[in-house]
Amino acid sequence: MLEIKEMRVAYGAIKALKGISFSVNAGEIVTLIGANGAGKSTTLKTISGLLRPQSGSIIFEGREISTAPSYEIVSLGISQVPEGRRIFPRQSVLENLELGAYQRKDYKGIKEDIQQVFSYFPRLAERQNQLAGTLSGGEQQMLAIGRGLMSRPKLMLLDEPSMGLAPLLVQDIFRIIKEINANGATILLVEQNANMALSIAKKAYVLETGKIVLSGSAEELSRNEQVRKAYLGG
Amino acid sequence: MAMKIDVSGLKKYLLPAGLAFLLLINLFLVLEFFGVEVIDRYVKGILILMQINIILAVSLNLINGVTGMLSLGHAGFMAVGAYVSAILSIFLSKSNLPEVLLFPLVLCAGGLAAAFIGMLIGVPTLRLRGDYLAIATLGFGEIIRVVILNLDITKGARGLPGIPNYTNLWWVELFMVLSVLVIWNIIKSNHGRALVSIRENEIAAEAMGVHTTYYKVSAFVIGAFFAGLAGGLFAHYLGYISPKSFDFMKSIEILLMVVLGGLGSLTGSVIAAIVLTGLPELLRFLQSYRMVIYSLTLVLLMLYRQEGLFGRDEASAELLRKWLTPRKKNHPGGEAGEPTES
Repeated sequence: MLEIKEMRVAYGAIKALKGISFSVNAGEIVTLIGANGAGKSTTLKTISGLLRPQSGSIIFEGREISTAPSYEIVSLGISQVPEGRRIFPRQSVLENLELGAYQRKDYKGIKEDIQQVFSYFPRLAERQNQLAGTLSGGEQQMLAIGRGLMSRPKLMLLDEPSMGLAPLLVQDIFRIIKEINANGATILLVEQNANMALSIAKKAYVLETGKIVLSGSAEELSRNEQVRKAYLGG
Repeated sequence: MAMKIDVSGLKKYLLPAGLAFLLLINLFLVLEFFGVEVIDRYVKGILILMQINIILAVSLNLINGVTGMLSLGHAGFMAVGAYVSAILSIFLSKSNLPEVLLFPLVLCAGGLAAAFIGMLIGVPTLRLRGDYLAIATLGFGEIIRVVILNLDITKGARGLPGIPNYTNLWWVELFMVLSVLVIWNIIKSNHGRALVSIRENEIAAEAMGVHTTYYKVSAFVIGAFFAGLAGGLFAHYLGYISPKSFDFMKSIEILLMVVLGGLGSLTGSVIAAIVLTGLPELLRFLQSYRMVIYSLTLVLLMLYRQEGLFGRDEASAELLRKWLTPRKKNHPGGEAGEPTES
């Protein structure tokens, strides 16, 4: 579904990605794990068109998208749940969700999808008219994921959904990510919480300072001695 | 931009107060036909300037308040509109086009010219944000002024005299109402939500599939169009314009109205434009001290209500009740009655 080949990205003189290649098949949950500054978020931002690669290719469903603008990429069926949530703080929960469906015109479908989001996250339904900025961190993350679902994506890019959340909430969120995947969306998940990420993913890649140093099935990697030492705490 | 006409909010909030005010003025004007003069030239002049300022404030609010782009060059667009329409009507006044046709025509030409310049400026500068965009727009505003200062056709620093005095209260009312209606509908439409999402978080807006560059440039161009329109009305009211009328201080004056009224609140801009135009006149009896009082009012307002009179809300009966119930004797509560007073 998604095929990335030799992608290089730089911020000015600083090389963030030094040529990475990986693929995501339809229906999978694939995770990119790695430490701070490894280039995980950069990878997602480049796929969604917020950054431009210097070289390399990004192929989504047979189409080269590395030069497409972000609004086109959204309409092709990729949606991003950005790092740090980035909800619209002075808009209500409902308005945030509606903005997620910004490119859609099928009002009936949008209404159904809002109900679908509320069934994933009942707490958002309770707070639908509240300003999003007044939600707790966990609720904001739920809203960010819900908003990402509203464009009916084929591929969802999740950037650190566990960031700054209590362990119990993290489990909740990951359970729902699995559910979203079971309902048909392919997921590319970037995480520092390698334990959680590997527990729900099928395939995993380990990113270190702009390069992929390890790859394999999530199961393999969670048994790998190196990975255990570096990312899983023993 | 295609959109549904949405007047529901307007009906509830702005229309009753605004229409009552306009009706009153029109009643006076009709009475004049029968020889009863209720308002003199001086008051009429203030009313005209008020409404020109409303157009300016509302159009800058679309750029600055709704979309969150800090622009300090609004007087530049006003200048473009003023000069283009003035030169055109001086030229066309020799033809035998009736005024009813000629005036809207030259005003639109002025607006379009301003919109075009807005696009020229917007495309390269709107990738900047915050302070950087402010400085860039400030620079462009000055460039426009200096170009006018040095062109032959504008007669440079001497100013352009002999502009036909087409502007009267009727025309200004018509264009003021049109401007507010159009901008209100943009804000309340799907496009408006895209603009607000850019203000709230541009990266998230982009990630949601909002074509941010397109929307930012559109808001800028539409804002410039109405500023140009206001410039045209201004030129045909005074009959004489010079580059001095459109300097940086004019941009700041418009920005003040937007900030005082509340960024993103159209009714706020309307009321702030009325108050800030009327206040210096009301304070005239204080002579040279009036600017002190005027400035002090601004300082106090910013100290006690940073978010402006209305914040991001629109004026409504409900909002008024909210103000009045918790604390009695609060300043902004009193100001809501201002439009009918002046």
